[in-house]
Amino acid sequence: MDGSLPARTGATAADTPVLEVEDLRTVFLTDAGAVRAVDGVSFTVGPGETLGIVGESGSGKSVTALSLIRLLEEPARIVGGAIRFQGRDVLAMRGAELRDWRGDRAAMVFQDPMTGLNPVIRILRQVTEHMISHGRQTPAKARVRAVELLRRMGVAAPERAAASFPHQFSGGMRQRVMLAIGVANDPVLLIADEPTTALDVTIQAQILDLLRNLNAEFGTAIILISHDLGVIGTVCRRVAVMYAGEVVEEAETEAVLTDPRHPYAWALVNAVPRLDSPPGAGLTSIEGAPPDALNPPAGCRFAPRCPFKIAKCETDHPPLMEVAPGRRARCWVTADGRPLPPPPVAAEAAARTPEPGAPPLLEATGLAKHFPGARNSFFGPRAVVHAVNGVDLRLVRGESVGVVGESGCGKSTLARLVTRLHEPTAGTVRFEGRDITRASAAEMRPLRPRLQMVFQDPYASLNPRMRVRDILAEPLLAHGRAATRAEADSRVLDLMATVGLKPEWAARFPHEFSGGQRQRVSIARALALDPALVVADEPVSALDVNVQAQVLNLMLDLRQRLSLSYLFIAHDLAVVRAFCDRVAVMYLGRIVEEGPAIALFAWPLHPYTVALTSAVPEPGRERVILGGEPPSTLRLPTGCVFRARCPVAQPACEAPPPLAEVETGRRVACHFPGSFAPPGGKLGG
Amino acid sequence: MSASTIPAAATPAMPAPRPRWRRRLRRYGPAWTGGAIVIAWVLVAVLAPWISPYPPDAQDVVNRLQPPTTAHWLGTDVLGRDVFSRLLHGARLSLLAGFTVVLLGAAIGTTVGIVAAWARGIWDEALMRLTDLVLCFPPIILALAIAAALGIGTRNTILAMLVVWWPKFARLGRALALVQRSQEYVEAATVLGLRPSRILARHILPNTLGPLAVLVTLDLGNAILTFAGLSFLGLGVVPPTAEWGSMVAEGRELVEQWWVAAFPGLAILTVVVGFNFCGDGLRDWLDPKGRSR
Repeated sequence: MDGSLPARTGATAADTPVLEVEDLRTVFLTDAGAVRAVDGVSFTVGPGETLGIVGESGSGKSVTALSLIRLLEEPARIVGGAIRFQGRDVLAMRGAELRDWRGDRAAMVFQDPMTGLNPVIRILRQVTEHMISHGRQTPAKARVRAVELLRRMGVAAPERAAASFPHQFSGGMRQRVMLAIGVANDPVLLIADEPTTALDVTIQAQILDLLRNLNAEFGTAIILISHDLGVIGTVCRRVAVMYAGEVVEEAETEAVLTDPRHPYAWALVNAVPRLDSPPGAGLTSIEGAPPDALNPPAGCRFAPRCPFKIAKCETDHPPLMEVAPGRRARCWVTADGRPLPPPPVAAEAAARTPEPGAPPLLEATGLAKHFPGARNSFFGPRAVVHAVNGVDLRLVRGESVGVVGESGCGKSTLARLVTRLHEPTAGTVRFEGRDITRASAAEMRPLRPRLQMVFQDPYASLNPRMRVRDILAEPLLAHGRAATRAEADSRVLDLMATVGLKPEWAARFPHEFSGGQRQRVSIARALALDPALVVADEPVSALDVNVQAQVLNLMLDLRQRLSLSYLFIAHDLAVVRAFCDRVAVMYLGRIVEEGPAIALFAWPLHPYTVALTSAVPEPGRERVILGGEPPSTLRLPTGCVFRARCPVAQPACEAPPPLAEVETGRRVACHFPGSFAPPGGKLGG
Repeated sequence: MSASTIPAAATPAMPAPRPRWRRRLRRYGPAWTGGAIVIAWVLVAVLAPWISPYPPDAQDVVNRLQPPTTAHWLGTDVLGRDVFSRLLHGARLSLLAGFTVVLLGAAIGTTVGIVAAWARGIWDEALMRLTDLVLCFPPIILALAIAAALGIGTRNTILAMLVVWWPKFARLGRALALVQRSQEYVEAATVLGLRPSRILARHILPNTLGPLAVLVTLDLGNAILTFAGLSFLGLGVVPPTAEWGSMVAEGRELVEQWWVAAFPGLAILTVVVGFNFCGDGLRDWLDPKGRSR
């Protein structure tokens, strides 16, 4: 065994489908009744085919995956349909037979690389374990092969990695190990459930590239489950769009992306901001929420939210019909082969040019934050985490500035420094002309109403034991903005109307709301005190794409109506581009590039920005796969912080580059700005 | 493959979920039993003066050490006092001592813990080292020493127990508050410019009450046991007063007359078990992960 993966030559004939799913039905038995999580799903995956399953949370896509590999436990139960794997009936398998099949012919990779590996077993044993237990390799051969697999999956120094424990690896590396485990027995089918959702965009691009190679080189059929059509588009030829437990459209991915035939797919495609959409294009969002899975509507399940519905949709449940050669959709409107109209293009928002020479609302100079880390030894000094290392940022009244970067680049710390939740280690912060760098909590209190924040996690940012009316009334009463409870209550109702919440929801607790509604409550709370600046720390990253579009549209609208300024922290470049006037790209606690949003993403000048924009999973994008991972923040590299990963690094980069203005309004921290361009030429446009 | 045209109603034989009461009983059975025991004892304690057949301290030396009879259901002790009546009155003192110690201890300890977690720095160090100082003595021995120094009496015993009781709540309160402190809604409250007192009272404290309630319930049995233990050693109550621990002590050397010590012992056992069942049930009920199952 030389460790390479032999191409599949199987007992199976080449034309037998790897997987046939017919009318699969899975229910959850709950106290309230049986919830139909998967309700009549059918599809076929041929040898070497790639199928994506896309849908928002709760659409049944993950339950479908777990049903396929029979990993469901009570109270979930498969109550109908058939699953055939290379002609074998999967639902009829029992005990040993099932165990034998799982992880051998069919493998699964899960979403969370942090919990997918056993923390107390070395990597090598976790990779070899089921090669040996399935009797495919002798222990000695399995070890050789495991190291080879790790190398193939792009794990650096695989021999050393094999002897390590999972906690010594980053999320991306662990996902590579998970993939190595998944393909160790040359499975015919690999099911990947949101394999890149927990990863940064450059690491995601690496993993998706791996998946593509697996499929191209070894003919492994892949079922990729994701909430992101872009991710699926880069790997899968075909896609099934799921909604409320049903497949509502199945077609070539390219076709769905350009010409969706089911209104839900249409909404999915148009809710996602894209890096190459025309400037000023709004996001299309549909109102409402998925139907109650206990009693789905009698007609089309999407009808209550559908912008195109006709009378028939309310009464007749549409079957999955052939709407064009090779594509099926569950929709009465497009049943005759008509395409859906493109979304209305919003009139371009009146571009507000901030007055030149206006005093900045927020100004940070040389801002730095170092956290004490763990001690290396008992008597040793504490390590220092260099979260933010000298950031200069200016924000003029009425402006929206975006800060983007991968996890660990210090962008959230930056948000907490300018709102003075943390005290800066060095540098100064000025808000409305006042130096607040060392302001005490009591000195900050009168300023707080002007400087508000919206947090990332809609589940953690609201006190679970307070009703919405109390959450919203609290700041009003505490700052004396409302003298009486009755006065506060009427203001609360105004606020709820402003963010699109129904007044009768005022008495509800946060857990009675969906994620998007909670984020609206968070926004209402931030608006209660009439702020001038709202710092938003990843306000939409925990939301489904459609809800994300709703919340972004709301925030844009509020900006116009209330003349707000935003400091918008995000990892999603397209969201930032759609939302912000100016963008700062952060890497390792520094700003490496800053400029107007449209121009910066159209002609990135810093090599890191080039790599970042090219890693965005949009089909047809020329990719620059950036090797490696960001260095540790414990020991900062000397010179240019990006040097170690930079494709065009030169000896001159040993000197740290200043953030210098190269064009009007554009600053880049690079000795050779613009020297690195992706092979496909200019991006976006 | 257009099997999806099958109307939803044709789903093959939807299996019915297991009857609800059976699952409920299996999950909450012990908790309800515990709750019933505790409620029964509380009722007994409240109603003791009216339901006990004899005054608890009435001596009847002629009928001393009688085995259980219809006149004296649980027999009589060395001084001819009715064990049943003394048992009922003993419940008053035991439960009162238990509740006082645990509730006051929890109030003091949690306050100390939450303040330490919020203030951090020097206050945190000072308060937590004080806590450690108390915790490093064996609790019963320390309580014994303090009670002995203060003098015999119910109030002094409760005071002595309080001194050893609050630190564990301080530890728990601090840990819970630290978790809450890093929650985004506490950060949000800071950004809104709320005063620390308000943040502590409205945001941090209410969210620590769940786990605290569990420890309080589980600890009530423990406190009753300790109080009985101190009384057993002669430090709890002044002699004629009816108290379970001292009743057991009185019957300690009476091997033939088992009823003198056995019934108060049994009373302690049921109360402690009752509170433990209650606490376990409360913990299961408050655990959001276990709830939907």
